[in-house]
Amino acid sequence: MSSDTMNKPASPPEEVVKARHPAAEAWEMFRRNHAAMAALIVLSIITLVAIFGPIFWPADPFEMVWAPFSPPGEEGYVLGTDYLGRDLLIMLIHGARVSIVIGLAAAFVSIVIGVTVGALAGFYRGWVEEVLMRFTEFFQVLPTLLFSMVIVALFGASLPMITFAIGVVSWTAVARITRAEFMRIRELEFVMASRASGTKNLRLIFGVILPNALPPIIVQAALMVGSAILFEAGLSFLGLTDPNVVSWGQIIGSNRQYILDASYTVTIPGVAIFVTVLAISLVGDGLNDALNPKLRQR
Amino acid sequence: MEPLLKVENLRIELTTRDGIAPVIDNLSLELNAGESLSFVGESGCGKSMTALGIMGLLPDKIGRIASGSIIFNGEDLTKASDARLREIRGNDISMIFQEPMTSLNPVYTIGEQIAEVLRRHQNLSASAAWSKAIDLLDAVRIPNPKARVSDYPHQMSGGQRQRVMIAIALACEPKILIADEPTTALDVTVQAQIFDLLRDLGRETGTAIILITHDMGAVAEMADRMIVMYAGRKAEEGPVEQIIDHPRHPYTKGLISCVPHLMATLTDERPELTEVGGIVPGLKEFGRDACLFASRCDRVDDKCLSARPPEMAFDNQQFAACWHAKEV
Repeated sequence: MSSDTMNKPASPPEEVVKARHPAAEAWEMFRRNHAAMAALIVLSIITLVAIFGPIFWPADPFEMVWAPFSPPGEEGYVLGTDYLGRDLLIMLIHGARVSIVIGLAAAFVSIVIGVTVGALAGFYRGWVEEVLMRFTEFFQVLPTLLFSMVIVALFGASLPMITFAIGVVSWTAVARITRAEFMRIRELEFVMASRASGTKNLRLIFGVILPNALPPIIVQAALMVGSAILFEAGLSFLGLTDPNVVSWGQIIGSNRQYILDASYTVTIPGVAIFVTVLAISLVGDGLNDALNPKLRQR
Repeated sequence: MEPLLKVENLRIELTTRDGIAPVIDNLSLELNAGESLSFVGESGCGKSMTALGIMGLLPDKIGRIASGSIIFNGEDLTKASDARLREIRGNDISMIFQEPMTSLNPVYTIGEQIAEVLRRHQNLSASAAWSKAIDLLDAVRIPNPKARVSDYPHQMSGGQRQRVMIAIALACEPKILIADEPTTALDVTVQAQIFDLLRDLGRETGTAIILITHDMGAVAEMADRMIVMYAGRKAEEGPVEQIIDHPRHPYTKGLISCVPHLMATLTDERPELTEVGGIVPGLKEFGRDACLFASRCDRVDDKCLSARPPEMAFDNQQFAACWHAKEV
């Protein structure tokens, strides 16, 4: 086999693999999941309402506009009024913003903590992993609702503090997923190849391994937005909320004494939370289908 | 002239469940600038460990350099700091791996991956690195490099990916390129192309190549000198032609006779294809003061079992670690 025979144009050309961009492929998979697509549409509408609703209905949600306990549909108040005679529709629209922002921000906080802890533990192994994972387990065994209530009760019920309290109790799952992904990916050849070209550890962690570990983290993040909204509702229901802003959980919490007399005051925000969290979960499920290569049918 | 790379009495130990095993035992070698040297041996004989040892990439906590030195350009790499080693890796010494399918990061385009090395080691600007990446793709003979530079690895075939790996490895014009079985995962026709490419580029850039392989054919085609490794020890060393012509170690002889011969007509009688009987001793045996090949050798006698054979030098710069080297 001499070299010149190989360079002739007659030599078999290397096959060019025609493959599509991974993101396009993932979108294709996502689109096939009808429930997830429907959920995405619902979620988009809710998000649009949360962003633009208060602009179109700039009324103060705390203003008393009509007689208390007016059932839905009466006097033009589509969703009725609560125990203080406040318009439930306006409260719902304004509350969407707070609920969703808290959901996103708390999920962000827990992703940042979880990814950092998991990445360092999975990359360095050894004593770093021991220390970080014991730390993670410590947070894992804490009763989450109780712990976040303590934080909010101690440091005040402001929105940032509530967000922090939710994020700080829910990062452990992210840390475990990230660590597992890092332990798998760090052994792959391209990481070794990257080391062999002189890449620094920090760049290896965040530039080389993390982008490859993202799919399951993205799925977890989506689900976490949903659980953070629920968590916020739970805290508000117990009264641990910023009294100056309206959120869905807070509407339920403030009307809870009248649950038997005017059940719609609790049901309507409850349904809003239910629909939103369900939509987020379905989208998360669709993302899982789209991003998890093991579930992909070829 | 001082050699570019000089490995002296290198001993690499691996911590295994059964204790500490010397996977590389008392290895010395020299590599001159622009030369191409081949490491040959069967799986587990320590070829890749030597390469990782030189790169300072031995597996954490499991492998370590126990003694000996690796002098590169007058600098002892076994004593160099991590930061200094990172400067050397990819810039002065670079490496390509066995599996081109998985050696590229799937989430970045190949252009980004080539440009990153250039930016890191040569402080090129983003746009200069990008245009040099295109030149490099052209140099490794990837057709239409301007369009392919923004492709992702999954859009390329195995041979093309190995070409990209070579482009990354040669981007900073290193003094040494270590190729760890670069063609094992590729088709035979593509293998020949990759070897041609490595040889041509090595000549153009004056890069010395260490080729790790178990393919005698590749050695004959690629290398000036070869080192035959067996169970972590050097069995034989010398110029490729001399060794293939007259191996001085029974193991080398066995390896060479294992290569099948192509016949013009299928009906011709073929010389019998031999094998080297037996298996490599377990890691536990590696430290013993005896010839480790003895259990598979037909010339074995008491001396082989009781003392490690010294390196026997021959006039033609051939060395063989065998008590019977003169008779083989």
